[in-house]
Amino acid sequence: MIDVTDLVVSYGTATALDHVTLSVGQGEMVALLGPNGAGKSTLANTLAGLLAPASGTVRVGGRLALIPEGRQLFPDMSVADNLALGGWRSGRRDPSAVYDLLPRLAELSSRRAGVLSGGEQQMVAFGRAMMSRPEALVVDELSLGLAPNVTADLAAHLAELNREHGLTVLLIEQNARLAFELCRRAYVLESGRLVAEGDSAELAEDPRVASAYLGGAIT
Amino acid sequence: MSAFLTYLLNGLAVGCAIALIASGLVVIHRVTGVVNFAQGTFAVVAGLCTSSLLGMGLPHGLSEVAAVLAGAVAGLLTGLVAIGRRGTSPLSALIVTLGVGVLAYAVEIVLWGDQPRSAPGLAGSVTIAGARIQTQHLLVICVTAATFVLLALFFGRTYLGKALTACASNPYAARVVGIDTRRMGLLAFALGGLLGGLAGVLITPLRPISFDTDVTLIVNGFAAAVFGALTRPVITLAGALLLGVAETMAAGYGYGSHQLEVALGLMIVVMIVQASRRSTIHQETV
Repeated sequence: MIDVTDLVVSYGTATALDHVTLSVGQGEMVALLGPNGAGKSTLANTLAGLLAPASGTVRVGGRLALIPEGRQLFPDMSVADNLALGGWRSGRRDPSAVYDLLPRLAELSSRRAGVLSGGEQQMVAFGRAMMSRPEALVVDELSLGLAPNVTADLAAHLAELNREHGLTVLLIEQNARLAFELCRRAYVLESGRLVAEGDSAELAEDPRVASAYLGGAIT
Repeated sequence: MSAFLTYLLNGLAVGCAIALIASGLVVIHRVTGVVNFAQGTFAVVAGLCTSSLLGMGLPHGLSEVAAVLAGAVAGLLTGLVAIGRRGTSPLSALIVTLGVGVLAYAVEIVLWGDQPRSAPGLAGSVTIAGARIQTQHLLVICVTAATFVLLALFFGRTYLGKALTACASNPYAARVVGIDTRRMGLLAFALGGLLGGLAGVLITPLRPISFDTDVTLIVNGFAAAVFGALTRPVITLAGALLLGVAETMAAGYGYGSHQLEVALGLMIVVMIVQASRRSTIHQETV
């Protein structure tokens, strides 16, 4: 569903992604780990078509939606308006299907997005992405700044969509514990280069990955 | 007392015309972040077009609508030059709009000459509470009121209006959901041109328009738009009405040659007050 081959993305003379190759199969849920400044968000924006590659190819075999880092809502608009604008590409303005999926959003529909809690905002960002009826979803930092129980709730929704609706997911995370729990396969990106990839269980055992992302061996 | 009321009503009409210019500035700035210094040019183009079209024998109504559309086309063309190229910063685009304004002088002089032109508007006058107001002034007030209501409905209620607001609110998020922010910016420029055109068509019967009238228009419009921090239409309208009344009062009570200075003085005071308020807020948050 998502095939990235030898991708190079630059900002002026600075190279943000340096010959990155990765793939996410149809219906698969794959994690991408990496520290701040590794190029994770650059990859997310390139997959969403917001950045142009300097070289290499990006192939997405279906509609792709992005939940950007930091939610990026329209703060002065209502939740309902935020969701409606999420359907800009698909032409779907009625959020009822998203309300079925995330019933809390129906309760919040008339509230201004900017005054919601971080978890509620992330849920709006999630719902907004789902408005475009995506076949693939790129989630940039699902857990950033959220309480563990809120993250767990959102992660459960994500896992359900992947399992029951075959939604392809690329989960970009700094929280390796969450990523390994949700995804069977993972990539590790550092300074614009992929430094490790493979089975989540094996990566968790890798001493370098464990010390950098898990604060020691996974328990 | 009736002289005061007359000045007040006429001042409101002048303020309404300023508000139309300023609303164009606000629409363009809200969506694109660009301060469009060619805004007065749209009014001049539309005003000169009405004068020519009516002179060619076209009926009222048709001439005015065509002239307003000419303003919209001028807006779109300015937008294409200013933000058509991806990655143009708002500051670069501002300089481009200044350039467009100067270039427009040359085009206008070639097409219409350098002498002021006028156009017939609504004749006659109406007496309200002992104060006489020209019917054309009343028309300006009514059209401006209707325009602001329509703008509020467009931005607050329609899907396209919300998408335009989204571009202003968070351009990155707008792109994430698939909104073409450049196309929306061009739409905002066309809408700004339409609003400028409307102002031009309405004021040409009240005061002759020439190629360089845009300076007075943009100074007044900018002063009102600054009042609303270039983003808030209702406060912009209030600022424009205040400015219109202040200028008309100044003219009415014998300071007619200082109208522009009144606008400039008011603009500077507002900018200083806003700048000091901003720095206070900044100090509080640091």
